Amino acid sequence: MRSLISLVRRPAEKPGRVDPAPSRWGYRFHRLMLTPSFRGFLRVGLPVIVIGGLVIGWAAQRENRDAAREVVAGLRQQIETRPEFMVTGVDVSGADLALAAAIGQVLSAHEIAFPVSSFALDLEEIRAAVTDLTAVRETVVRVRPGGVLEIAVDQRRPVAVWRHLDGLRLLDADGVMTGMIAARTDRPDLPLLAGDGVRAHTEEALALFEAARPLEDRVRGLVRMGQRRWDLLLDRDQRVLLPEQQPVAALERLLALDETQDVLDRDVSVIDLRNAQRIIVRVSPMGMDTLRLASGDGR
Amino acid sequence: MTRDLYQSQRAMRNMRRAAMQRGVIAVLDVGTSKIACLVLRFDGPAPDGDSGVGRMAGQSQFRVIGAATTRSRGVRFGEIEAMAETERAIRTAVQAAQKMANVRVDHAIACFSGARPRSYGLDGSVDLHGMPVTDGDIGAVLAACDVPDFGAGREVLHAQPVNFALDHRSGLADPRGQIGNRLSTDLHLLTVDGASIQNLLHCIKRCDLELAGLASSAYVSGISSLVEDEQELGAACIDLGGGASGISIFWRGHMIYADSVRMGGDHVTSDISMGLQVNVAVAERIKTFYGGVEATGMDDREMIEIGGDSGDWDKDRRTVSRAELIGIMRPRVEEILEEVRARLDAAGFDQLPSQQIVLTGGGSQIPGIDWIAGRILGSQIRLGRPLRVQGLPQAATGSAFAAAVGLSLFAANPQDEWWDFEIPAEKYPARSLKRAVRWFRDNW
Repeated sequence: MRSLISLVRRPAEKPGRVDPAPSRWGYRFHRLMLTPSFRGFLRVGLPVIVIGGLVIGWAAQRENRDAAREVVAGLRQQIETRPEFMVTGVDVSGADLALAAAIGQVLSAHEIAFPVSSFALDLEEIRAAVTDLTAVRETVVRVRPGGVLEIAVDQRRPVAVWRHLDGLRLLDADGVMTGMIAARTDRPDLPLLAGDGVRAHTEEALALFEAARPLEDRVRGLVRMGQRRWDLLLDRDQRVLLPEQQPVAALERLLALDETQDVLDRDVSVIDLRNAQRIIVRVSPMGMDTLRLASGDGR
Repeated sequence: MTRDLYQSQRAMRNMRRAAMQRGVIAVLDVGTSKIACLVLRFDGPAPDGDSGVGRMAGQSQFRVIGAATTRSRGVRFGEIEAMAETERAIRTAVQAAQKMANVRVDHAIACFSGARPRSYGLDGSVDLHGMPVTDGDIGAVLAACDVPDFGAGREVLHAQPVNFALDHRSGLADPRGQIGNRLSTDLHLLTVDGASIQNLLHCIKRCDLELAGLASSAYVSGISSLVEDEQELGAACIDLGGGASGISIFWRGHMIYADSVRMGGDHVTSDISMGLQVNVAVAERIKTFYGGVEATGMDDREMIEIGGDSGDWDKDRRTVSRAELIGIMRPRVEEILEEVRARLDAAGFDQLPSQQIVLTGGGSQIPGIDWIAGRILGSQIRLGRPLRVQGLPQAATGSAFAAAVGLSLFAANPQDEWWDFEIPAEKYPARSLKRAVRWFRDNW
């Protein structure tokens, strides 16, 4: 009966009750865990030390380091050579045939052979190399979606031909040489300049050509005299000496004079505009003779 | 007074200050039936003005962030009897409170109820020669008190100046700065058994805590249970504990007498246990559920199953009427209260203008005790519950926690004690020079 009762009923009071008190070391451990600095150490310091120790211990072996480097290099290679990142062609825009060929040469000089990964392209370097070409003013280089290297070139437009010691050169509006031509007839549409110090004053020369547009078919070219002023050469060996200051105004005055008095149509060889107060006209020797005959002085 | 005690009390005071600066302190009430631990967090003084709540004697400074209580072991009559057991019980309470507070506590303030406290009223006086009272004079007048021979092996627990008198004006709380000829003081000195303090110190040290203060639980119960005007007009606080019942008498805001009766609720429990032939745990349960001190006709019919675990049907099915239980409890409660009465009479409590008596402690929860205490102690009886402090759990607001709560208040706003003032050096050069100057002025 008693054994049955003890099975059915829980004893009211267990004889050997468990001591609720923590052990001394348990108590100390609990207090340690409540110490803020220790908890901070457990949360931050310990993981850092363990992970750092493991990493350092592993990396202490040379073969481990090499293997890791290999894996990284392989992964890098794998990603870089994905088709999404491959550049398969080049698209040069804004350049004429000769410049495009020159750009192609630049690319091959940089040993760029398509297809190439876009990670391997140094766009800044390409841009600098292309911009270094004399015929290029500005370049935009980018990899277009679809794997095309786009080189957008702002090509320098030649506006004049410059006859210099060793031949004919093309100049753009900034006075930069954009190329050479073999003969004047290659670019008959461009005005001709000559003399030293032309490049720095190309703009002035263009203004003069613009002012001289009424004489367009007669203008042969501009010559820079003594690196300080211009001479306008017309056909029939006529030469207009323009002043150093405000040559355009002087030329316009000459044109006005020409319109009223047909100065240029007369048989004069030199028109000197250098002194604004007094235009000096030199008549050609033939004209001189004619003039003398006409005046009846037949000696 | 030995310089030794002075130093150790000062060290504790400094430690308490350090603990308050760190912001966390534990309050430990080592009682006979339970050990309570509260963890207080001090946030500094509360901002005045915006909330409309003042400092409230330091109560607004702290908040209870951890509270735990455990059954006490190894303590009898409020004194530690089995050190290892007590140490484990303290550890249990402290660990649980720390867990609740989630902070580590390094400093503890402890109180205990036993150790045979004995009160002495001392007085001393010092000549001022018409000079304003300074801090040094306060120290001097305290040092001038005649210390009685309280016997070897006794230690001073509290030494509180309760009154200052300047010439013929008495009842000064703070005479500093006032001018007079003769400063005298009344000092309340409370001594306890040195061995019990040593035991408690050892237990707390074994728990890796630093003791930052000691107090008598009768005193701190009075702090928490008596309202301010009771403390001012005169009242006695009876802390009916498990193994000892503390008595403290307050007057003019200071404790003027403390004593303890070495009887308490545990004796009631053991009476029930013996009378009903049940074990102590069952007796305690019966006492707390059905206990009382005033039998009515209804109680004759209310039968309590007291059970047993003997396996014998007749024994396990025993019942007693509640009247019988009351009949067992009442003589013991009366005996305790009569002993309290005797102590109060010996202390001259009936001379006080107010005869207010406040019952607190776990024993004050016995139904009808206010009625029976009224017959024994006098008519002005009320049951006191401790003051409400911030963050105290509902379970710890009962009157059994009067000492723990009072100890928190004591920690926040301690009473000035003797050792808070400098001991005057006997040969003080500036003073002797002043004396010489005065001698010249008087004689020339």
